[in-house]
Amino acid sequence: MENSISVAGLVKRFGQTTALDGLDLTVAQGEVHGFLGPNGAGKTTTIRILLGLQRADGGTVRLLDGDPWHDAVSLHRRLAYVPGDVTLWPNLSGGEVIDLLGRLRGGLNPARRNELLERFDLDPRKKGRAYSKGNRQKVGLIAALASDVELLLLDEPTSGLDPLMEEVFRQVIAEEKGRGRTVLLSSHILSEVEALCDRVSIIRQGRTVETGTLTQLRHLTRTFISAELSTPPNGLASLPGVHDLHVEANQVRLQVDSAQLDTVLRQLTSHGVRSLVSQPPTLEELFLRHYETEPAK
Amino acid sequence: MTAFTGTGSLARLIVRRDRVLLPIWMLFLAVLPLSLASGTATLYKTDAERQGYIDDLGSSPLLLLFYGTKPTDPNLGALIFWRSATGMVIMALIGVLFVIRHTRVEEEAGRRELLGATVVGRHAAVAAALVTMAGASLIVGVLVALGMMSQDTPAAGAFAMGLAWAAAGILFGAIGAVTAQLSEGAGAARGIGIAALGVAFGLRGAGDVTTGLSWLTWVSPLGWIYNVHAYAGDHWWVFGVIAVATAAVTVLALRLSARRDVGAGLLPPRLGPASAAPSLSSPLALAWRLHRGSLYGWLVGLGVVGGLLFGGVAKTSADLLADNEELTQIMQRIGGRSGAADVFLAGTLGLGAIAVAAYGISAALRMRTEEAALRSEALLATGVSRLRWAASHLVFAFLGPTVVMLVTGLAAGLFYGATTGDIGREVPRVLGGALVQLPAIWVLAALTVAVFGLTPRRAPAIGWAALSVCVVLGQIGAALQLSQALLDVSPFTHIPRVPGGPVTVVPLLVLTVIAIVLVVAGLAGFRRRSVPVT
Ligand SMILES: Nc1ncnc2c1ncn2[C@@H]1O[C@H](COP(=O)(O)OP(=O)(O)O)[C@@H](O)[C@H]1O
Ligand SMILES: [Mg+2]
Repeated sequence: MENSISVAGLVKRFGQTTALDGLDLTVAQGEVHGFLGPNGAGKTTTIRILLGLQRADGGTVRLLDGDPWHDAVSLHRRLAYVPGDVTLWPNLSGGEVIDLLGRLRGGLNPARRNELLERFDLDPRKKGRAYSKGNRQKVGLIAALASDVELLLLDEPTSGLDPLMEEVFRQVIAEEKGRGRTVLLSSHILSEVEALCDRVSIIRQGRTVETGTLTQLRHLTRTFISAELSTPPNGLASLPGVHDLHVEANQVRLQVDSAQLDTVLRQLTSHGVRSLVSQPPTLEELFLRHYETEPAK
Repeated sequence: MTAFTGTGSLARLIVRRDRVLLPIWMLFLAVLPLSLASGTATLYKTDAERQGYIDDLGSSPLLLLFYGTKPTDPNLGALIFWRSATGMVIMALIGVLFVIRHTRVEEEAGRRELLGATVVGRHAAVAAALVTMAGASLIVGVLVALGMMSQDTPAAGAFAMGLAWAAAGILFGAIGAVTAQLSEGAGAARGIGIAALGVAFGLRGAGDVTTGLSWLTWVSPLGWIYNVHAYAGDHWWVFGVIAVATAAVTVLALRLSARRDVGAGLLPPRLGPASAAPSLSSPLALAWRLHRGSLYGWLVGLGVVGGLLFGGVAKTSADLLADNEELTQIMQRIGGRSGAADVFLAGTLGLGAIAVAAYGISAALRMRTEEAALRSEALLATGVSRLRWAASHLVFAFLGPTVVMLVTGLAAGLFYGATTGDIGREVPRVLGGALVQLPAIWVLAALTVAVFGLTPRRAPAIGWAALSVCVVLGQIGAALQLSQALLDVSPFTHIPRVPGGPVTVVPLLVLTVIAIVLVVAGLAGFRRRSVPVT
């Protein structure tokens, strides 16, 4: 088995709304896959179909070599899901919910559970109604992470976590990856995905618009360069892939398509570089480009 | 006064939200003394007859526990004030529950926060609940008074009685407002409020039953209300005590509510266990945690208290008729061998069954609540199949009412048997009367399950609408002279009148089959549809 998740041409309609409109998603075994998209893009709907909670109207879905709708129960024992909005039973303590969910998944590792409680700084004795949004999220995360499963499906899992806890979350996911688990991490926070993911799929209005490794995606982005040269430059403007060029005597500021970076740098060094500032491309840019060029309907 | 800004609009919101429930309980309570009075008036015409009747009933300490000390004057009004005293306890109970419902429940659901952010004063939420409860209580009080006056009882007594009924609702509403401040959970607030009423009832009862301890009735707020003794002295000054106490308790509630944060309680929230007991490892174990509170509530409320009341009053209602040859004969004709008591028992068990059907529906609707709150999603994403999850709730929707009816029948049978002196004969008969109701109860719960499976968003509306139809058809359908075909829509129409009447098995089987078909349809729909539908 190579791919933990393979989705092709997935369609899901809710009455008039088309939530998913031919979505493709492939997650290889053992990778941390970022599933990026703005609110309403269809991330939650996709995950619910992967869980067999909702039925697709079209397309093919395979999860851990099974059919999510028909093999739901057996597949669920091999995965753990953290919803975007963890809701708890008001009269059950957080610790009870963690244990219950873990047991229903087929058991959880008590040592790991206690370690996670400590790292996430969660009091497991509080009743469900007493937890804040962030702490409810922690309950869901700990229940999932302490379970011994192959695949983690995390739907915007850090919403409500403070920056300190987001950092803990990143460390923990990095460890999970080290253990060989596959993770699908839905998010609209780019820095999180950049920090954690091997590959990323970007979706918009129910369709996949980009997919690939971070390196591949970076090729689609531009690097910002600001340099001070020994002599005034020439010929930069005619190079392919150069944008927003500003030249003031020996000072140069420009953006360059990542694919053309090499050519542009050669040109610059031929003029003698005294100082150079370059800003690496961020997913943010890529993201914005996609959402700006196609205005929302 | 800015602390009270918005009280009026919040009160209107309460009335709007309770526009169905509020008139129902108000009307039910308002006509209770009237119907008792008109019945009694025709049977006991002279003071001597009524005195005999009072002495008869008063010889039972259990009845004194509910009714209070015997009236010192045997006029009709005094007799009715005494006999209908349980109505005042119900008023008090509603006061506690109503105010908690519109304060703490709202807060726990987070809706209070939504309102608090608008232009609403600090005291408005508590004040609105109290004002609405007071208004409803006073209307009930006036209706009670007018009803009693229509039975040719003195106006002063009638108003003392009406005011006593109203005072029960108002005073205990204020007590409910205090308990609503204490805990974060509405469940605990209700528990504390009902416990307070229980203590008040116990102190008063002990004072009324035990000679020499009558001072105890003055320790209990419920005792003050009983001690108004309408038509037998009309102790108006007691209302002064009640008014002062109500004002003090209200001020306390407002102070407490102003001192704490929205959503918080004054008592520190109780911590739960850090890890789950080994038994908490199945959907059924979780369902038990979710349903047990209401199961206990129904068992105690209907099974024990209701059952005892049904059984206890059956004897008195039979005695009531014993002196009247003609009526007894009529009753025996409708009611079979044991006549009046059987008619009464079958009727009250039928009423109890309607209440238990409400329990069955609400237990079935728990699935919908869990789904809409997205809690079912987390479970269904584990190794729990949809059917297993649904089954864990259905156990309570179907076996819960079964157990409650069983205990109701047992309690009523034992108690009735104890009053007639033939427990061996009465227990199986009365128990049978309780159990024949089950298929009708199951049909209503099953209908709710079917709607939940097929079109989940409509489940609450259709479940409760079906129950309302049954209530209307069962309670006033005959009076409205509705056609039999229409009456037949209610499953309760097909339940044999037991004890007394013959047990017809076919309708019971048919109803059971209908219930099974509905459940199967609901589960089939649930397996096929998307989850969660929000
Ligand atoms: N149960 C539903 N009924 C109707 N529309 C829905 C339902 N669930 C999701 N949608 C719609 O489908 C689209 C995708 O939603 P969702 O998957 O929740 O997006 P995301 O998780 O990326 O924010 C949105 O337009 C949303 O309004
Ligand atoms: Mg979402």
